[in-house]
Amino acid sequence: MKKKVLSVLLATTVVASLLAGCGSTAADTAAPAAEAAPAEEAAPAEEAAPAEEAATEEAAPADDAAASASGSTYALVTKSAGNPFMDRMATGFQEAVEDAGGTVVIQNPEAATPDAQISVIQSLISQGVNSIAVAGNDANALTAVLTEAEDAGIKVLTLDSDVAPDTRAVFCNQAGVDQIGETLMEAVYDLTGGEGDWAILSATSQATNQNAWIDAMKKLMESDSKYSKLNLVEVAYGDDEPQKSTDQTQALLQNYPDLKVICAPTTVGIAAAAKVLQDQKSTVKLTGLGLPSEMAEYIGDDDAHSCPYMFLWNPIDLGRLAGYTSVALVDGTITGAKGDKFTAGDLGDYTIEDIDGATQIILGPPFKFDPSNIDEWKEVY
Amino acid sequence: MKKKSIGQFLSGSREASLVIVLVVLLIVVGVINPSFLSFTNIRQIFLNNTLTFIMALGMLCVMLTAGIDISITSTLAFAGMSIGMLQKYDVIHNTFLLFVIGALIGIVCGFLNGIIIAKGNVAPIICTMGFMYIWRGMAYVISNNNWASGMDVAGFSDFGKDGAPGPYIILIVAYVVFFVVMKWTRFGRRIYAVGSNTEAARVSGINVDRTLTSVYTIMGFLAGLSGVLSVSIYASAQPNMQYGKEMDVIAACVIGGVSMNGGRGSVAGTFLGALIIGIISKALPMVNIPNFWQNLIKGVIILAVVILNVVTQRTMDRQNLLRREM
Repeated sequence: MKKKVLSVLLATTVVASLLAGCGSTAADTAAPAAEAAPAEEAAPAEEAAPAEEAATEEAAPADDAAASASGSTYALVTKSAGNPFMDRMATGFQEAVEDAGGTVVIQNPEAATPDAQISVIQSLISQGVNSIAVAGNDANALTAVLTEAEDAGIKVLTLDSDVAPDTRAVFCNQAGVDQIGETLMEAVYDLTGGEGDWAILSATSQATNQNAWIDAMKKLMESDSKYSKLNLVEVAYGDDEPQKSTDQTQALLQNYPDLKVICAPTTVGIAAAAKVLQDQKSTVKLTGLGLPSEMAEYIGDDDAHSCPYMFLWNPIDLGRLAGYTSVALVDGTITGAKGDKFTAGDLGDYTIEDIDGATQIILGPPFKFDPSNIDEWKEVY
Repeated sequence: MKKKSIGQFLSGSREASLVIVLVVLLIVVGVINPSFLSFTNIRQIFLNNTLTFIMALGMLCVMLTAGIDISITSTLAFAGMSIGMLQKYDVIHNTFLLFVIGALIGIVCGFLNGIIIAKGNVAPIICTMGFMYIWRGMAYVISNNNWASGMDVAGFSDFGKDGAPGPYIILIVAYVVFFVVMKWTRFGRRIYAVGSNTEAARVSGINVDRTLTSVYTIMGFLAGLSGVLSVSIYASAQPNMQYGKEMDVIAACVIGGVSMNGGRGSVAGTFLGALIIGIISKALPMVNIPNFWQNLIKGVIILAVVILNVVTQRTMDRQNLLRREM
């Protein structure tokens, strides 16, 4: 009897270790693995793939690389794994590059940190890819590794969040910083009725794009007398964590009883804030940048909903723009200099602009999500 | 029995010294921002830290056996992500069933920890470190780059809505059950026995392996439960959820006077420890401390309380010794 129990236990352990092997391989595909398999593909968005599939996927795309007509490999480094926005962006990137006949390598670092990205980029350099597109987790921390990539003849570009301008050819900007600042300020103006207290709930205090948008909003408040009656009481940081964002939102509500509007230009923060406001039946209104699928619950014109409208851009289009830009950089159509023109598939024609010393391609104005279109968009991303 | 002076009482019990710390904290924060002491705010402290409170109970049991479990938030993410995905793909929407599934996943995760630590004689920190990566990885795998969000978990999230009684009921039941079990049942006393002297426990006929396995299984169960609660409270399941929060749970236990060497610690102390952690995280943004300073101050408070703990413990031991000599 005792032996039987023991053998059962042993069997369990074996199963456990099998599971362990399986789990860790799959996790490695997402992790900043030092020796990532060449042409490793990010899992497509549609279905929840079982662990085995994720593991075997590694080998397959390598053959495609050999068969590809153009023979060039275009890499994308996202901010982190497990983020739907980044995932849709990767889908768009893949579409564009495959449309042009290239091979795609998509790498998702395990954590949204610059060091996780550095090790991923190093492995891409040793694989000898033709271009690397990065959604930077830090403006300066990637300088050394990206310079190393350019020295190795790899075209470097950024999308979503920029790095130091001299370490990349061009930045694919989802929307101009000033454009976003203006849109958000206009929304705050509209929701407050033109005067009163409002607050910002941001992600981390060192997030490049968050700080750029917040600065743009602050500048606008100083320069335009239209906003003179608006009073920005605090910029709170929720670190893109639901729990901390919840604590911060509740603190804002308690510290500023006259608060009228919270503006959260971050997808995690806006969803957490929306839930707090809606659960508490607060009269404080919310706007900012959010994912339609995350926010559909909270968008509505009546008092039962906390967010009348919000904005975002299409991550698929942003990925596609970066894909076409990668191809144009590698084949020499553009060099990343101001005034360069190229055609980004069916997205249309784009010209590289120089804004505050940073060369960039601007996707378009941010898109407004309100009760009239949210049901249609929540299914998309 | 001699009546103790207040001074002796305060230096004579770890819980009492924690209560003092708590009162001082409340007064300081309350003076700076009076709205901190409002009913809503106190309620939210419990709601926002339900997970820390609940997992601290499991961590208490684990630490009583001189072990540690750093895989708990990974188990939490795995369980939470699983039930999030079940809802996203419209498989199950029954709240009760989702709780059962989440708890079962936690139990399996915890049992594997326990069996490997007990039978395989693997150091707890090593074994749970392995599973920390494994379960977190599994959470990413099953998420497949998706989150379960507001509309996916609509209905289910009403359970953990701000103002709904569910999380508080679970919290109270958990603490009452653990208080009774740890104090008055044979099982509870066995955990203490294994932790204070494993060999003596073995000689006296306690099945040490079984006790160890159950302790980690209980921890897993609570972590799984917390995963489900987390999805309900935040109406969101993300593979990186509660990343790094195991340290808050361990800190709650340590502040509550649970010894890393095993055999020493109580449910009441754990409760106070978790409450102090909760108050710190709730209070720091409310007293207008700049974001950059918040972690630093949290660390200083934790260390200060632990040092106070050690000093109290030493005084207590000395007093006990004196009493014995008389």
